Amino acid sequence: METLERVIADHPFFSGLESYYTGLLVGCAANVRFHPGTYIFKEGEEANEFYLLRSGRVALELFAPQHKPIVVETLEDGDILGWSWLLPPYVWKFHAHAVEDTRAISLDGKCLRTKCEQNHDLGYEILKRFAQIMERRLEATRLQLLDVYAIK
Amino acid sequence: MATAVTTDPMLPRPYLVQAVSKETPDTFTLKLAPEEKANGGSFRPGQFSMLWVFGVGELPISISGNPADHKQLLYTVRSVGQATNALVTQRVGAGVGVRGPYGTGWPMDAARGRDVIVVAGGIGLAPLRPVIYEVLHHREDFGRLVVLYGARSPHDLLYRQELAAWARQRETQVLVTVDYGGMSWRGHVGVVTTLFKYARLKPAQSVAMVCGPEIMMRFVARELISHGLSRNDVYLSMERNMKCAVGFCGHCQYGPHFICKDGPVFPYEKMRPLLEKYEL
Repeated sequence: METLERVIADHPFFSGLESYYTGLLVGCAANVRFHPGTYIFKEGEEANEFYLLRSGRVALELFAPQHKPIVVETLEDGDILGWSWLLPPYVWKFHAHAVEDTRAISLDGKCLRTKCEQNHDLGYEILKRFAQIMERRLEATRLQLLDVYAIK
Repeated sequence: MATAVTTDPMLPRPYLVQAVSKETPDTFTLKLAPEEKANGGSFRPGQFSMLWVFGVGELPISISGNPADHKQLLYTVRSVGQATNALVTQRVGAGVGVRGPYGTGWPMDAARGRDVIVVAGGIGLAPLRPVIYEVLHHREDFGRLVVLYGARSPHDLLYRQELAAWARQRETQVLVTVDYGGMSWRGHVGVVTTLFKYARLKPAQSVAMVCGPEIMMRFVARELISHGLSRNDVYLSMERNMKCAVGFCGHCQYGPHFICKDGPVFPYEKMRPLLEKYEL
């Protein structure tokens, strides 16, 4: 059976992370599973965790009054779900629901924030990795905003 | 081998509309066959024709059918204006003038023995469909086929049944995404560049062929290079206002190139300096 430590170490997000740090993360981690249609979190709720997706698919959805909700992004195995736990006010900005049966490792945000405050090397490692993801998603969002397939 | 162009390159050959099928709410595929019982016309993947709608005007349209089918030509057209609307509303049996095929086409010879990465956005899948047909028809001649396709929404996806059928072929990976999904869409949502992290690529042995809006191609080319493809192994299909299609008129001039005659397919290495110039 795979240990949580092994699963975390093998996830692309933590690729190359020193085993000492992986050991620290395990204390904040738990295996979770979401059935299709389940909401993992909703906009406005307190953001206390993030997820390393291992299988399945999660949709981030946004709604506006008088519009049907739209899915603005999907995430799959190997992806990270959620960074609102990292920055105040620690509140989710989107709804996230499982489109398929989804397995993930949940990492407790409060636990991790405490460990990052105590160990800045760990905090810097985590921030660097989240910064890369934010940069890639920002670029994708800019391209999405251009609506390149629309008739001009 | 492409069919020789008629003696006068400006003279269209008469074709008849055999069928018009709706792909999406605004995009249609026309099947044309020559009026005289001659060969419908050979072409190379990536080539285009000039289609003449009598009384309306002439349009450059990529050939989207199977290169192995010499009896007829298929064109997938998005209705965006008067001429394209006139083309897609032609009735079966109506006459359409065809000049061509023109252009260089995709580098199928350079792709032999290698993996082929097809990246398409929106109607950009149409000029790439012949590549997919060619690879699947001559499966032993090519390595893996990876198709990454993005559209605006699920309603805008072309060739949905074929995409599913291609995905079932051996040594083939097909990933489809939409920029915005409704709640009933179960597939991937995100711009086409977000598919790269799920694609199984072997950059050193791959050739990439990209077609879509120019800005999309710029982002895709950067992504391919960052994954390790050489700039000379990334090909783009460019689009400009083509009129004569044989390099006489200069309407489609892009820097030192005529898109109609020197392209429309170019290596990214050649296009990169131009793509990054403002207002060109």
